[in-house]
Amino acid sequence: MNEPLSTTMAPTTETEQPVETGTGGGVRWGPILVWGGVAALLLVLGWGLLNANATRPEAGNPAPSFELQFFDGYGWKDLPAGSLEDMRGNVVVLNFWASWCVECHLEAELLEDAWRRYRDQGVIFVGVAYVDSDAKSLAYMEDYNITYPNGPDRASTISDRYRITGVPETFFIAKDGTIADVVVGPVNASSLDRQIAQLLSQ
Amino acid sequence: MNHTFRRFATGISLLFLLLAIFLLATVPAAAQEPVSDDEVNEIARNLYCPTCENTPLDACPTQACQDWRDEIRVQLSEGRTRQEIEQYFVERHGARVLAQPRFEGFDMLVWILPILAVVVGGFIFWRYLRDLRAPGSEADERLGDDTAMMAQGSAQKPPPAPDEDDYISRIEKEVREE
Repeated sequence: MNEPLSTTMAPTTETEQPVETGTGGGVRWGPILVWGGVAALLLVLGWGLLNANATRPEAGNPAPSFELQFFDGYGWKDLPAGSLEDMRGNVVVLNFWASWCVECHLEAELLEDAWRRYRDQGVIFVGVAYVDSDAKSLAYMEDYNITYPNGPDRASTISDRYRITGVPETFFIAKDGTIADVVVGPVNASSLDRQIAQLLSQ
Repeated sequence: MNHTFRRFATGISLLFLLLAIFLLATVPAAAQEPVSDDEVNEIARNLYCPTCENTPLDACPTQACQDWRDEIRVQLSEGRTRQEIEQYFVERHGARVLAQPRFEGFDMLVWILPILAVVVGGFIFWRYLRDLRAPGSEADERLGDDTAMMAQGSAQKPPPAPDEDDYISRIEKEVREE
């Protein structure tokens, strides 16, 4: 009974051709290019999706590295630029701010006051001006007598790495370079002192 | 005569002095001609502030965007071109501030991919149509093979076995008797 069935199937196997070869026996580039293009497009879309869904580095994660060009007169150790690696071994308070941000004005004096109290104890405050014009940033710092290292976030590279969702945002970075805490919105005096004291004791 | 000449020379000198004062007063005024909102918005509508997604700079009500518009106004009054101003914002805030990505680097994909997709899609569709129409095409060959197989299958179909034949005859007989 099975014999006729096998007879009918035989021509099917004969008509099957290898996909890679064409009539001339060469490689068929058409399908390869099309599927390659589709795969590349999916990769780009996937990469974009992953990037869009990436979230802010939270406590316990290594702090993303950065290099900041300081404003004139607002450098660290008289250097024109500084990186997180250069500051390793110190507690770093990384504050994102802007002159147009209302809440940043609330914490400006507090941060400057804390910087003056802790600067000799191995704590570095770093201000990053986010989406701000240099003239307005400088005027803001003069208004609040800010003296800690500050610089503009050129091309928004640092804020992109830290995935900030607005300003102000403050990252407390431990001596070993890991993020100890993130404060979204203005910091308050008690939490600032508590966090710095805790990081200094480590 | 000498006295008349001296008076004439003094008059000419005064005239030149007045002319110089007039020019000095008017030239800076012309240079500082106020930049209109339309001129500012012409550039602002092609920029996006990173803090206000999907809202062009000319329509964004936030303080950050107002600061940017002020910056554009200042730069226009200094005689900078549209390209120079856009470049200024790109250097400070990244290429994403541009409404239209530039045809360079990774951003090129934004321009190339849609065109590529249309071209490749059109090519695939054209080949599909060509295969459908052309006699002896792959599709026809496949169809032909299937038909041939069916024909071959029916041609080679063996005659019913003798047992089967008896069985059917018996059933037919019983049906007739009933």
